[in-house]
Amino acid sequence: MSLLGKLTLDAIPFHEPILMVTMAVVVIAAALIAALVTKYKKWGVLWHDWITSIDHKRLGVMYIILALIMLFRGFSDAIMMRAQLALATGGATGYLPPEHYDQIFTAHGVIMIIFMAMPFMIGLMNIVLPLQIGARDVAFPFLNNLSFWLTAGGAILINISLFCGEFAKTGWVAYPPLSEMSFSPGVGVDYYIWALQISGIGTLLTAVNFLVTVFKMRAPGMRLMQMPIFTWTCTWANILIAASFPILTAVLTMLTLDRYLDFHFFTNEAGGNAMMYINLFWAWGHPEVYILILPAFGIFSEVISTFTGKRLFGYKSMVYASGAISILGFIVWLHHFFTMGSSANVNAFFGVMTMVIAVPTGVKLFNWLFTIYRGRLRITVPVLWTLGFMVTFTIGGMTGVLLAIPGADYVLHNSLFLIAHFHNTIIGGAVFGYLAGFAFWFPKAMGFKLHEGWGKASFWCWLIGFFVAFMPLYVLGFLGMTRRLNHTNNPDWNIWLYIAFVGAVIIMFGILFQVVQLIVSFKNREALKDTTGDPWNGHTLEWSTSSPPQYYNFATIPHVHDIDTWTDMKEKGQAYQQKSSYAPIHMPKNTAAGVMMSACFTTFCFAMIWHIWWLAIVGVIAGITVFFKRCYTSDVDYYVQPEEILEIESAHNASATTFNQGKEFSA
Amino acid sequence: MSSIPADINIINHDAHAHEHHDTGGDTVFGFWLYLMTDCLLFASFFATYAVLYMNTAGGVSGKDIFELDFVAVETAALLLSSITFGFAMISAHAQKKAATLTWLAVTFAFGVVFISMEVYEFHHLISHGNGPQRSAFLTSFFSLVGLHGLHVTAGLIWMATMMIEVSRRGLKPATVTRLSCLSLFWHFLDVVWICVFTVVYLMGVM
Repeated sequence: MSLLGKLTLDAIPFHEPILMVTMAVVVIAAALIAALVTKYKKWGVLWHDWITSIDHKRLGVMYIILALIMLFRGFSDAIMMRAQLALATGGATGYLPPEHYDQIFTAHGVIMIIFMAMPFMIGLMNIVLPLQIGARDVAFPFLNNLSFWLTAGGAILINISLFCGEFAKTGWVAYPPLSEMSFSPGVGVDYYIWALQISGIGTLLTAVNFLVTVFKMRAPGMRLMQMPIFTWTCTWANILIAASFPILTAVLTMLTLDRYLDFHFFTNEAGGNAMMYINLFWAWGHPEVYILILPAFGIFSEVISTFTGKRLFGYKSMVYASGAISILGFIVWLHHFFTMGSSANVNAFFGVMTMVIAVPTGVKLFNWLFTIYRGRLRITVPVLWTLGFMVTFTIGGMTGVLLAIPGADYVLHNSLFLIAHFHNTIIGGAVFGYLAGFAFWFPKAMGFKLHEGWGKASFWCWLIGFFVAFMPLYVLGFLGMTRRLNHTNNPDWNIWLYIAFVGAVIIMFGILFQVVQLIVSFKNREALKDTTGDPWNGHTLEWSTSSPPQYYNFATIPHVHDIDTWTDMKEKGQAYQQKSSYAPIHMPKNTAAGVMMSACFTTFCFAMIWHIWWLAIVGVIAGITVFFKRCYTSDVDYYVQPEEILEIESAHNASATTFNQGKEFSA
Repeated sequence: MSSIPADINIINHDAHAHEHHDTGGDTVFGFWLYLMTDCLLFASFFATYAVLYMNTAGGVSGKDIFELDFVAVETAALLLSSITFGFAMISAHAQKKAATLTWLAVTFAFGVVFISMEVYEFHHLISHGNGPQRSAFLTSFFSLVGLHGLHVTAGLIWMATMMIEVSRRGLKPATVTRLSCLSLFWHFLDVVWICVFTVVYLMGVM
């Protein structure tokens, strides 16, 4: 046994020009960033204010940066696949050999779900949720930092796989027996397992953390049924995470045991049962899609009620509908494999339950429409995303109901119709939602608004690009094209594959315009500055703070009397009240323990992937040591002094009232 | 992950000067939630055992290998350790340091007995060619029981740490909060073991 396990120089893909160029670009970009940080002497800022920060707002920003980076990676995979399929028609082989192509579609799925959508959602939740409930931070700030770094560790692993070894060729679901050692002897599936495992544990800890925050740390007076709707939908999502991610942990552990210790959970031999994996995987996987979509629903609700200047229609029914979706989301998993061969009654049950989900979702849609009804809707970028969502998601929902019919599913299963359906709901639902939230809360997090024109350009490219890219896939599904094909030889399909590629290019412009929007907005940040902390005349408590918020969030914790607390305070003239003195605020100190623990555990995972046993042992012992050290550190907190609070609060109230002079608040 | 830090919860709910809230309650509540997620981890392994336990691939079944007398002693050790942990907690709340440490030591001893017996059982099975690689039944048996055993081992390490902490720092509120979490963890493992005993061993020999 070699000292480096299975790791040799052969693991680096010298013979793959695409990968080597990508690697060069990444190395140059990293060097450039490092040089810039050094030039502007920002290493200290990076370490003290960001990497070791346990401030939920900064962690939220870091989550979203991670999500955007992974969006680029995931989209690169996507456009490479579309280009391959547009080229490899009529018997041509295209430019991506099958073993590379298979890794790309696997990586695309894992990255977009686990490392783009989840961090984006959790990032927005981090920034907004504690502010909305009037809390100074989350219940366990250190744990929050650790969760972020565990997620980042998973993302790092999946990106290392690009240049060191390979990624899984199994599809993002990694079904056995294909993912077993006998059919996937390489390290690809191991990268998959450990990247998901480490980030999944991070996500689980986040859910526990935010559930305690919501149940124990609401501002005085705020009853559960007065929590802002985004907080509510995040809470449902956190309940789903707490209830479903352990199943993912379990099933990945079982696959690990099969691969590393020759166990027989899912093997073909010795009585293993591959369908057990598929059941457990989707018992996590289906709730997972609701974990992604529910917070997006919350964002749309906030955006619609804010920009119509009205209270959200049917707040209570929104909360209950989210709850119904959460519960129903747990009893539909079998619709991912109607073709397993269950009895007709079993399939009928899961089919009916799946269709029933359309009811609470419909309730939500009508609530949004009724909120707009007779309101004065301001067509801003977040509103555009919301309107785009309402149309797109409805189509995706209807094709979902179609797929929920077991008979129809037998025909459409595994076809591009399915691919079109879930992209329709995830892009049109979750991604549009996060982008709406991004534009909506950007001024809160960063202190300046985003440029409207580029935001609108980006929206239209995304929306049109989405339809051009994915409607053809519905057609291709009906024409019998199955998913995960590397090349095709059917002249009837060609035109649709070409159109889909054009759609992907249009989406690419949507993403480019977003980058331009960020650059332009940053350059004009003085002109776009949000001096009031309340740029949209918001309804909830996050808008009562300055932009970006004071690091302690609230100098005095507000007393809550209404769902739209901030509107209520503005109407009663209680907004921006200056006090003559403030009490000291008890705050946690930053710590390097989270990032160090994650570094140790990520090293452990890397060592496990390559069978470097000694390093795995070192990694895990080091991680636990850091943890113990953290547990027995007493220097973890401090007090913010009243003079400092007074100074910060006076500045905020002065700039907000100057701006608002002569301007009347309207609810 | 077998433990969540009994983190010192810092953020006060309100701003009054130097008023330390008892935030230990939040920590214990958070630990409860974590235990529920752990419960689902076990549930997944139970479900898998239920699906796979008949797939013996021509090898032994539960009837052939389970010795109820042996497992009954193992069970008794673990159940008694739950009672003694209860005594430790009563002593801790009464601020009796010596009694707390004594009861923790007794609990620790029972835990070690339990784990030693389990290791012996596993060793016995493997040395007779009935290791987890033999069949899907044995795979799921070793994994379910082994998962519980790993939790108990983690609990023992945690308990040893807490004994050092109590003997050095005494029974300050933060330490009692941590003990409360460990206590929940320990009782939880007891409940899980009752399910293991019933589903795996009792139903296995029927």
